[in-house]
Formats: sequence, C-alpha cells, structure tokens
Amino acid sequence: MSNEYVRQRTNRSPIAASVTLSIAVGFVGASFGVLAVASGLSWPRACAMSLLVFTGASQFAAVGVVRSGGTALAAIGSALLLAARNSVYGLAMSRVITGRLGKRLIAAQITIDESTAMATAQTERGDQQRAFWATGLGIFVFWNLGTLLGALLGHTLGDPKTFGLDAAFPAGFVALLGPHLRKPGGRAAGVFGALSAIALVPVLPVGLPILVAALGALVGLRRGPVGEAS
Amino acid sequence: MSWATIITIGVGAYVFKVLGLVVLGGRRLPRFLHRCLDLLPAALLPALIAINTVTSGRHLVLDARLPGVAIAALATHRRWPFPVILVLAASVTALARHLAR
Repeated sequence: MSNEYVRQRTNRSPIAASVTLSIAVGFVGASFGVLAVASGLSWPRACAMSLLVFTGASQFAAVGVVRSGGTALAAIGSALLLAARNSVYGLAMSRVITGRLGKRLIAAQITIDESTAMATAQTERGDQQRAFWATGLGIFVFWNLGTLLGALLGHTLGDPKTFGLDAAFPAGFVALLGPHLRKPGGRAAGVFGALSAIALVPVLPVGLPILVAALGALVGLRRGPVGEAS
Repeated sequence: MSWATIITIGVGAYVFKVLGLVVLGGRRLPRFLHRCLDLLPAALLPALIAINTVTSGRHLVLDARLPGVAIAALATHRRWPFPVILVLAASVTALARHLAR
C-alpha cells in the first residue's frame, strides 16, 4: 500500500516519516475496526485480531471470507496465504535485525510491508534499524488504537448494507493492490486470480475459489522476467 | 468468527514472520520460492476483489457494489488516501442501492 509513500517521504527524516506513516495506517486500522464489527465480530475479537494477526490484508481477507459465508477453514487459508509474504520480508530484515533472540522474536511481530519498506529505503545499517523499529512499533500502536476506535464506532452504525459497507471490503483490497501488481509477473498473477475466482464461484464451496486463485502466483512466476527478484 | 479461528490466524501469521526473520534468517531460499511467496498477494487480492464485488454465496451477481468498487479503483489510481477510498466506495454503493429501490 505504502511503498511509494515511503520512498517519497523517507529522504527527509526517517523518524518523522515513520510517525506520519503510522498515523495514516491508524486510519486503515480504524476502517478495519468498523468493517469487522459491521461483519459481526464483537469489539474484543476485532481488537484481538489486530493485536495477534497484525497484517492488514490477512485481517480484511479473513473477515471478508466469513462475511460472504465462507467456512473458518477458508478464512484461515486465505489469511495465511496472504501472510506468507511476511516470511520473505523477515528474510530481508534478518541482515538488519540481529542480536538477542528475545529481541528478534519481538521484531518478528512487526515485520510487515511498511516496516520492511521503510528500512530497505535507508542505506546505513543504523538508519535501517531505526527506521524498522520506529515504523513497526509506531504502526503497531496506531493500528491497534485505530481498530479499537473503529470497532467502538462500528457498534453505533446500523445495517452495514445501508451504508454500502459491503463495498468497502473490495474497495480496501483495491487500495492495497497497487504495489503488488507492479511486481514482475504481478499483473499475470492478478488476472489469473480474478478470473479463476469468478469462474470457480458457482462450482466450488464458498471460500475455496480464493485458495485456488493463489495458484496465480505460479502463473506470475512463469510470466514475469527471470532476472530481478523483488 | 470464533476465538479459535482468530488465534489460529494469529499464530500462523506469527509463524511466517518468525520463519523468515529468526529461523531461516541469513540462509537463502530458492529464488523460485522467494518470488512465489512475494507474488501471492498479487494473485489473491484480485480474487478477493472479484468475489466480494460480483458474487453472493455461490452466484454471480451484479449489484450496487460494482459502481462503488469502480470508484475505488479510480480513487486508488489517483493515489487518494485509504480511508477516503473506503468512504467513497461505500457512499457510492449506498447511493446506488437507495436509487435502485
């Protein structure tokens, strides 16, 4: 979502950039809180998701799948497939975040799109570490604060359909999609994902088409240039 | 969503993070696997968009969600802020739904 934003801001003060970004992401957290509660989650459950899962796309996906009638297994599957990329970020960050095991286990929870993007935008190792921790911890605070406020606000809204909240889910995914499509092979993966999902919806049980759409990653792999790994 | 589901997703997501940063850290993954994991969102997000926009249960449905999501795509292209995109999409859908009644 925020890679370009990160690159634009980060040439100035990395810490100021981290705080700005964290506040912006806090509003996304608030959106999650509203939608989670509108989809039937209690506010403690919405907050627990943000604390424990702490990966935006996975959280939106899980709530979206359950909302559209999918099983818990389908929700878990799609959320975890989306979370798998964090292990790639972890690999990239393992050269920057070193030291005691306890510290690295804490760092793991905040290894997400934004903290990795902010750290890799720096050139000095010290700056990379500062950018990682400032962004990761800043977003953790504001994401959870946002979720809490959004969830409490969501309780005051009535029928989600009256407010068009059912369209806010796919709209959120649209907003998160940009940077992923620009990766090598990203477009091919995306086209396969969308078309296979639509084709399979009438045939497979709810929630399964999304899991099959994950194969689009393999399609993207074949179509993308072999050279650069993002 | 049950507590068991929430905790399972939470633990699973954390395992992926720890796997990269702590367990594998420093080692090299085959480039194939690396790129495959990195491309998963590019495949999954369009699927989620499609399913949440033009289906209901196991049926294909064209309804008021479509104009809302179309506006969201336009707003994303213009790099508008995330919450603005959501509010805009929801408003357009709510309006379209209201007008259709």
